[in-house]
Amino acid sequence: MAQRLGIDRLGWLAGMLAIPALVFGLYLAVVWAPTDAMMGTVQRIMYVHFPSWIATAIAYLTAFVCSLSYLVRRRPTMDYLAHAGVEVGVVFNTTGLITGSIWGRPTWGVWWTWDPRLTTTALMLVVFLGYLAVRAFLEEPDARARISSLVAVVGFLNLPIVYYSVRWWRTLHQPQSSPSTVDPEIVVALRVMMIAFALIAAYLISRRYALAQLEGDRERMELQPEVQGG
Amino acid sequence: MTRSDLRRAWAVAWKDLLTERRAKAAFNAMTFFAGLTLFTFGFAIGPDSPGGGEGRLLEQLAPGLLWIAILFAGVLAVDRSFQLEAERGGLEALRLYPGDRKAIYFGKLLANLVVMVALEVVLLPIAAVLYSLDLWPGLPALAAVVGLATLGFAAMGTFYAALTVHLRARQVLLPLLLFPMLIPVVIAAVKASTLALHGDPMHEFGSWMRLLGAADLLFLTVCARAFEFVLED
Repeated sequence: MAQRLGIDRLGWLAGMLAIPALVFGLYLAVVWAPTDAMMGTVQRIMYVHFPSWIATAIAYLTAFVCSLSYLVRRRPTMDYLAHAGVEVGVVFNTTGLITGSIWGRPTWGVWWTWDPRLTTTALMLVVFLGYLAVRAFLEEPDARARISSLVAVVGFLNLPIVYYSVRWWRTLHQPQSSPSTVDPEIVVALRVMMIAFALIAAYLISRRYALAQLEGDRERMELQPEVQGG
Repeated sequence: MTRSDLRRAWAVAWKDLLTERRAKAAFNAMTFFAGLTLFTFGFAIGPDSPGGGEGRLLEQLAPGLLWIAILFAGVLAVDRSFQLEAERGGLEALRLYPGDRKAIYFGKLLANLVVMVALEVVLLPIAAVLYSLDLWPGLPALAAVVGLATLGFAAMGTFYAALTVHLRARQVLLPLLLFPMLIPVVIAAVKASTLALHGDPMHEFGSWMRLLGAADLLFLTVCARAFEFVLED
């Protein structure tokens, strides 16, 4: 109970802070920050695209740590939190990929390139969609928590190898693109948006966690008469 | 792992391989499926399609097609390695085995490895014939690639096959979970195979083999360690 209140309260706080942060960030991003000299207005998608990845990273990292914790300690709250992390992560992973694709079309002329980061993040999406698929097919709570935790942990640990192998694959005959120096005002706008998205992610994870907790309680109550009555 | 663990692993592997050898039906079906996949690729891509550089498109794509066929057939192999026991309640006995669970993992891994290498030994000549490949000059290098890549595949495949053994939609979920994990192995295997078959002017073969080796090491370590959580319940 105390645990539940702790995450709940932090989540609400994050949510409260997220709204002004997002409003301020959007103002900075759309109005205040200068237009990029090379790419024009299209570049402003970056203010949503890049923070999406921050949110994704926070969410998936939460899922990884909580899955690991569940395997060791077997506390259901860790499973709920991991589940919440994966779901929120999948959402931001998708927005990141879509905004990236939209940005890429006028910039590079294609909707998709097999560049290392893009490919790795697409693979991340597949891995964690697999997590959700596995959960959908397991009714027994303990087995579900254990198996999905293993999927999350092993999947997450494989990501660096995936990234490096794709990078080698793509850059042995191609020069790696170098980051350009960025206008300090753009950096400010970007940072505010990153903070806003991080807060949104924290809020969403806490809400999903609360929902998962309720679902888990109800499941346990449903299972109990079956165990006692039989 | 202690001596008795090694013996346990060997016992598991031996049992699986003996079962497989007696009822060859599964291995034959799997190999036939892989060969058929290679054959079907020929129709899908077309033997006359022109390739960019030298040779036909089909020849140039051959290493990639070969590894796709191995991947698909390999899923069948690892899936089967736990299904036989799941169907007949043998998993309970495995769970009750005293000692390190890693022994069971390595035993199953070894059996899957042998089955897959046997599959590849049959498949390579077929691919060579269908796609006009000259295997002989690069054979040692190719053998090394096949060995390391199969080890990586078996490491991940055995783990995920055990993980999904009780899932209803296992046939779909096993490839769904397994393939993303195997991307590094596929990339390296195809690259290294191409270099082994068509020449390696810039000496990149070693880099790809190192990647395969590193991936194998990571897979084996993580999966062996995590396996004890898989067989619970």
